Amino acid sequence: MSIEVRIPTILRPYTKDQKTVEAEGSTLSAVISDLDAKYAGLGERLLENGALRRFINVYVNDEDVRFLGGLEAAIKDGDSITVLPAVAGG
Amino acid sequence: MSLEISRAFVDAIAEQSRAEYPDECCGVILGPAGSDKALRHKPMLNAAHSPTFYEFDPKDLLALYREVDDNDEEIVVIYHSHTETEAYPSRTDIAYAGEPGAHYVLVSTRKEIAPAIEFRSYRIIDGVVTEEPVSITD
Repeated sequence: MSIEVRIPTILRPYTKDQKTVEAEGSTLSAVISDLDAKYAGLGERLLENGALRRFINVYVNDEDVRFLGGLEAAIKDGDSITVLPAVAGG
Repeated sequence: MSLEISRAFVDAIAEQSRAEYPDECCGVILGPAGSDKALRHKPMLNAAHSPTFYEFDPKDLLALYREVDDNDEEIVVIYHSHTETEAYPSRTDIAYAGEPGAHYVLVSTRKEIAPAIEFRSYRIIDGVVTEEPVSITD
């Protein structure tokens, strides 16, 4: 079981500058736990109080994960996850 | 550090700011990866449709990053307008700033300075704002 996760520039210091990393898990939540185990501190940059951070967008294949159940979104072998910083402000 | 940008892009961004007033407008200027050259202007939709907030639609955001990757480009400039306040990053702008390599351009169309606009550029890294000179080329 292997999931490809694309990491945005701002989070690459956590992944030794790798743009794409591999992770495992059958839900987004499990994938993030696995990522955090491999790349310490990354989990905290994605989650806040147990929810996805507002400033971060996560896509499974091409779909915004907010429409797939958020952290409970089902992930299967071969899926591609993309993490992007929101472009927003006031 | 400084931003070099063509007069045509500055004019186009000013025009977009006025056209979308009173809502904030937003967009990017792209360039070849690693070049830091602002060469391709791409106005974006403000999905928030708000005078005090802007946000790229999540679908547009993904499409933009795919396009940038496919073309071997980078996001050189991320800009948005402030309609009633000066062209300085707000607390929200700083909290959201997620592209350490980008020039964050702020345009102000506040009426006190109309018809002129204010056009300023910043780096925003780890919550620290640093203004940089803007050099406009013809």
